Amino acid sequence: MQQISRRAALALGAAGATLSLIGWSRDAQATPDAAKAEIAKFTGGKAPTAGKISIDLPEIAENGNTVPLSISVDAPMTADDHVTDVLVLAEGNPNPGVATFHFTPMSGKAEASTRIRLATTQNIVVTAKTSKGAFYTASKLVKVTIGGCGG
Amino acid sequence: MADTPKIRVPKTAKKGEIIEIKTLMPHIMESGQRKDKDGKIIPRKIINKFVAELDGKPVFSATLEPAIAANPYMQFYAKVEASGTFKFSWTDDDGTVTTAESKITVS
Repeated sequence: MQQISRRAALALGAAGATLSLIGWSRDAQATPDAAKAEIAKFTGGKAPTAGKISIDLPEIAENGNTVPLSISVDAPMTADDHVTDVLVLAEGNPNPGVATFHFTPMSGKAEASTRIRLATTQNIVVTAKTSKGAFYTASKLVKVTIGGCGG
Repeated sequence: MADTPKIRVPKTAKKGEIIEIKTLMPHIMESGQRKDKDGKIIPRKIINKFVAELDGKPVFSATLEPAIAANPYMQFYAKVEASGTFKFSWTDDDGTVTTAESKITVS
């Protein structure tokens, strides 16, 4: 049996309380389906393979207004085999789109970092396209204590 | 807003080296989701595009959505084979383009 420490219990309680206070109107929220539709548009209907991508995000984001995000795709980045585009989606934001990164062999590495806004606890879904026409995907759950964007 | 972007690019590098580049553009990134005190939606105004080039050749670019935090920060890499000039540009929803440049000497 795993004991929940007092600190973890307090954090969970606080997170729950804040979530109920934020109150996004329900119709303004993206759904995993909206994210899926964006991915289908990006891949042209092809189903992406899981893997090759690592997503670096805090497990718990205290402030949803600015959450550090790093993505990295395992690829040789040569002229005939490199990552061309990386689509980043947030399933629980008012709109799923976050950013699309475009790489070239001159990028050296298919790796980028930025800071994003998250409305609530949700999955971040990253899909990558390679110059050979292959698609990869990965997702990561991030818990958000205070949502960003609204007001 | 005519704020100046901050860029951090190495001044020198070895041929074939992969260098790290960091940029930050001061900008409100108004999401179009917020309401003012009268309950009216504040119109969206964001940087929707960022481009990094080395001597006119694309190195990295990004299409940005309102879910990018204020003062958009970008960290990425470039493989340098020869000396040249990096050019960075940020495009605002209103069409304004802000640019910054940095020279690199490759040995």
